[in-house]
Amino acid sequence: MMRLPAFAYRAPRTVHEAAQWLSDSPGDTMLLAGGTDLLPNMKRRQQMPRTVVALRGIAELAAIVSGGRSVESEGAGEPSGPTPARRPGAGGTVIGAAVTLAALVRDDRIRASIPGLWQAAIQVATPHLRNMGTIGGNLCLDTRCTYYDQSFEWRKAIDFCMKKDGRICWVATSSPRCLAVSSSDTAPMLQALDARVRLVSASGQREIPLTAFYNNDGIQYLTKRADEILTEVIVPEQDGWRSTYWKLRRRGSFDFPVAAVAAAARLDAEGRVQAVRLVAGAVSSRPLSAPKAEALLVGETLTDERIVAAAQAVYEIAKPMDNTDFELVWRKKMVTSLATCALRELRGDDVRAARQRLARSIL
Amino acid sequence: MSGVIGKARRRVDGRAKVTGQTRFADDVMLPRMVHCKLLRSPVPHARIVRIDTTRAASHPGVHLVLTGDSFPISYGVLPVSHDEHALCPDKVRFVGDPVAAVIARDEATAAEAVHLIDVEYEPLRTYASPDDSLAHAEPRIHEYGDTGNVHKAVSLQFGDVDTAIAGADHVFDDVFFFEGSTHLPIEQHATVAAKDPDGKLVVWSSTQTPHYLHRALAKALQMPAAHIRVIATPNGGGFGGKSDPFNHEVVVARAALLLDRPVKICLTREEVFYCHRGRHPVLMRFRTGVTKDGRITGVDLQTLLDGGAYGSYGVASTFYTGALQTVTYDIPTYRFRGCRVFTNKPPCGPKRGHGTPQGRFGQEVQLDKIAERLRMDPAELRLRIIAPPNSLTANYLRIGTIGLAECVHRVVERSGWREKFRHLPLGRGLGLACSSYLSGAGLPINWNDLPHSGVQLKLDRSGGVTAFCGATEIGQGSDDVLVAAVAEVLGIDPFDIRAVTGDTDLTPVDLGSYSSRVTLMMGNAAIEAATRARELLAQAVSRKLDIPVERVWFQERRVFDGDAPERGVSFQEAVCIAEAQFGTIGTTGSYTPPKSAAKFKGGGVGPSPTYSYTAAVVEVDVDPATGWIVVPTVWIAHDIGRSLNPTLVRGQVEGSVYMGLGEALMEEQAFRRLPPRLSNALVHKFPSMLEYKSPTFLEMPEVHTDLVESMDPAGPFGAKEVGQGPLLPIMPALANAVYDAVGVRIDEVPVTPEKILKALLQKAAGKPARVGPAVFPENIPWPETLMVTPPWEGGDGRASNEPVKKSTRKADAGVEATAGVRS
Repeated sequence: MMRLPAFAYRAPRTVHEAAQWLSDSPGDTMLLAGGTDLLPNMKRRQQMPRTVVALRGIAELAAIVSGGRSVESEGAGEPSGPTPARRPGAGGTVIGAAVTLAALVRDDRIRASIPGLWQAAIQVATPHLRNMGTIGGNLCLDTRCTYYDQSFEWRKAIDFCMKKDGRICWVATSSPRCLAVSSSDTAPMLQALDARVRLVSASGQREIPLTAFYNNDGIQYLTKRADEILTEVIVPEQDGWRSTYWKLRRRGSFDFPVAAVAAAARLDAEGRVQAVRLVAGAVSSRPLSAPKAEALLVGETLTDERIVAAAQAVYEIAKPMDNTDFELVWRKKMVTSLATCALRELRGDDVRAARQRLARSIL
Repeated sequence: MSGVIGKARRRVDGRAKVTGQTRFADDVMLPRMVHCKLLRSPVPHARIVRIDTTRAASHPGVHLVLTGDSFPISYGVLPVSHDEHALCPDKVRFVGDPVAAVIARDEATAAEAVHLIDVEYEPLRTYASPDDSLAHAEPRIHEYGDTGNVHKAVSLQFGDVDTAIAGADHVFDDVFFFEGSTHLPIEQHATVAAKDPDGKLVVWSSTQTPHYLHRALAKALQMPAAHIRVIATPNGGGFGGKSDPFNHEVVVARAALLLDRPVKICLTREEVFYCHRGRHPVLMRFRTGVTKDGRITGVDLQTLLDGGAYGSYGVASTFYTGALQTVTYDIPTYRFRGCRVFTNKPPCGPKRGHGTPQGRFGQEVQLDKIAERLRMDPAELRLRIIAPPNSLTANYLRIGTIGLAECVHRVVERSGWREKFRHLPLGRGLGLACSSYLSGAGLPINWNDLPHSGVQLKLDRSGGVTAFCGATEIGQGSDDVLVAAVAEVLGIDPFDIRAVTGDTDLTPVDLGSYSSRVTLMMGNAAIEAATRARELLAQAVSRKLDIPVERVWFQERRVFDGDAPERGVSFQEAVCIAEAQFGTIGTTGSYTPPKSAAKFKGGGVGPSPTYSYTAAVVEVDVDPATGWIVVPTVWIAHDIGRSLNPTLVRGQVEGSVYMGLGEALMEEQAFRRLPPRLSNALVHKFPSMLEYKSPTFLEMPEVHTDLVESMDPAGPFGAKEVGQGPLLPIMPALANAVYDAVGVRIDEVPVTPEKILKALLQKAAGKPARVGPAVFPENIPWPETLMVTPPWEGGDGRASNEPVKKSTRKADAGVEATAGVRS
């Protein structure tokens, strides 16, 4: 089997302690939460940190705080640590970065109040991987590419690529930047929910909108500094908001998204769109907001025509390349279909048949 | 007990498997064991200029570094293509070809040290496709083969096919493509080799064919076969992917002999993709003449196989793309031309269905087109042209019983075919296809007159029965078939019997778990051995009870007077009585298939003691807006001859449906050729179980399985094969269902949403509503066609233009160091 390279392992009990370990040598230290992304990457020598700082023993990162009430998620290990740094506003939710995706989807409050996030989280990988994988890990998920997510030996056979050990981007050989794909399910959804993230380092902390957390670059895909720890995700109050997440993947289990549309909207009593956010996932190196599509919808009712026009506008921003499953032209076309389904669901249509067909489950 | 056969039973090896106690090859742990890792080529085609192992050899923890110099002798599974070396001596032929090996104290150390081996390569031209290989004869990937980079081209004709097609009411001319796919067994290949205290070699390996591995080791290591013991550990799935002797097996054997320590290797999943031997990508052209009532007048078939870098079973695979068409349908005249080329990719070989699914796909999709043109129901068309039972085909294959018509009736009935076909709303559709498959290859790979399977029984005074057979348990249930056959004959319970299998020291030869041969051949050998034991017991008990021997019955662990069942003895007592009379009780049985009627060159591929038949209806749900495709239901009926253990039979049918759907919908052994101006690289696109897409439980449809029992006299208790045949109709039935659902033809697999949508858009634009290959190449160097007169025209099974040569080949004596030299 493939084996891990040697590394030093730190197991801090508090965020403060973790930040200290990280500040020692941020350039070659990496954070480990569930390990479902980092450990395979290390086995394939895509990422070779000298030190791994594990976040699993930090109880304060494993809580979901909803409407000011804190509930320890199951399997968090130690009982309650220090309370999260920030209380959500009434109805808002603060999710500790080390909350597993399994704990998130088991949480009835999430399912009831933020259905889009629940849909995104339950479509991440398999039950086994969700038992280990965390929300923070999913937001920091390394960008993916079929030229990059390969063993050292395989990458050697193509003389490597610019993301690791090489100079060229084989996806588009004249590209000045890496075109690896943002493959997180929760990132586009949380961006559509206008979520914020807290970043803590030994020298302080800051809170930024999730949309500012990402760069459209396959290598520098996060704006997070190497010494910062993503500690929590703050989802604003969802009162009056509807949300949904539509994911394209080959199989109804296991696969990363190869195109996705996350949508959140607030409709008035007449069904007019007061506010809406549409985000395309897995068609670029970051989740892509679709302002033109949003502008087409604000103040309008979600008629079939409006939905088609908005879906077309989402389609236009998608930039899939030939580095995931499925043909890129078809993947791009599927963005229209995903956006249409998402908007119809927000309108209140019964989309269970379409969902069943695509996701193999009505969710 | 009599009554074992036909009853749905728990398999005898089931408990060990579900409780995790089965010992697979990687579970073999021995004291002082060291670990091996292979260095594999990072370049697709190159001469090895220099290998420097100095740094690796001096790495702490490294015991041994081996290169091609240690393996001067080539081997291979077919005698005609001994083209492999355990480690490449002078050139590499694909990314993944093993170049060197490190044996170290643990796997991690070995893995570190392989990167310290410095290899200098001189790149050669990269052949990425059959077109490349046909267009360029030099440099050759191998120095043998027909010409240039053509490994093998064959041409056979049975009757005047040109006249028959010219005289047909309709001629259909279609080109199809079947993409390559790999086996994807859950267990990765693993091998442990050790030197016995007496100096002999023992090899535990996840192999389907211990006998062929035994031969290959004897040859490659130049050791007497009698000094080598191969133990086939239970395989965690094989599907044909563990039927060749592999580099890693030979390497650890040599290393264990040199080090006098046990050596283990367990391949990574990526390495399993490089071992491959999977489905050949095949381009094919079917020219078929039919009468207006749907009868076939003649078929002219050409196939082009992308063989990858080595021979493997490829010559047989080539013949198999054209062998069995005639076994399914009545084809009075037939020409088959097949060509296999070498390319710089992992070698293709036998995968479940070995060479036949590709041709089956083309023929069944073409029949769907024929039915539509003739305005006939596709089921009705097939019922009209099913080959006659107990007949000899145009290419001299002897057919036994045929339950295919019944299979068609059952799936038509169960699926509601008549109400649904062409009547479902847009997006929903049904497709039908049929198939046939061998119940064991009729001829051995290594030419000899020896039995294909042998069984020994030991009965002792405890009442215990041990059955010894070289057959290999690869998950299909061969151990269960072995003990069930013996239990049935001796009137005892399968759990009373111990099976000792797949061990060349302890068990008589069985050729291996491939070609769907085990149930039929081992089963018949087991019946013979058990019948002989039963005769001894019956004689002894008849004397004791003083009744005629015919009145001695065996049932429920008792041996008794059939006319007065209360008079009798327990089975154990019967064994004791017999042992007292005859001495130690041991019997043997063996099986050799009947002689083939085909006497022409190439006629050795296709004959079988009998053939299984399958019909399937696949239902699809296609979104006309996106091409997205879902399979809700499959109805399948299989002519099993007789179902020995319906639990196992159904498992094989459902497993075949699963694997067939993988090939039909998504699986692709695909490669990336980087832009040639920048790189020679040619790599497997996604050698991982994440990105090589294969269905999961969630994609599995409802499967309705019907078993049809045609009781074939050639089979044990009437049984035929089930391991491979049921896979074959799935792919064409799905493609036909897509046409029924949305009116587009996808003339290739996999049938993906992209292709469906592309065809739908072409249709909407008034262009041909089809995705598939356009042309079959014209530049294949076909050899002179062998002309064979069909049996009904007075033929004798020989080719009229083949020089009659007296066989000068020495019969292969079985297992010896010289076994299987190139002929």
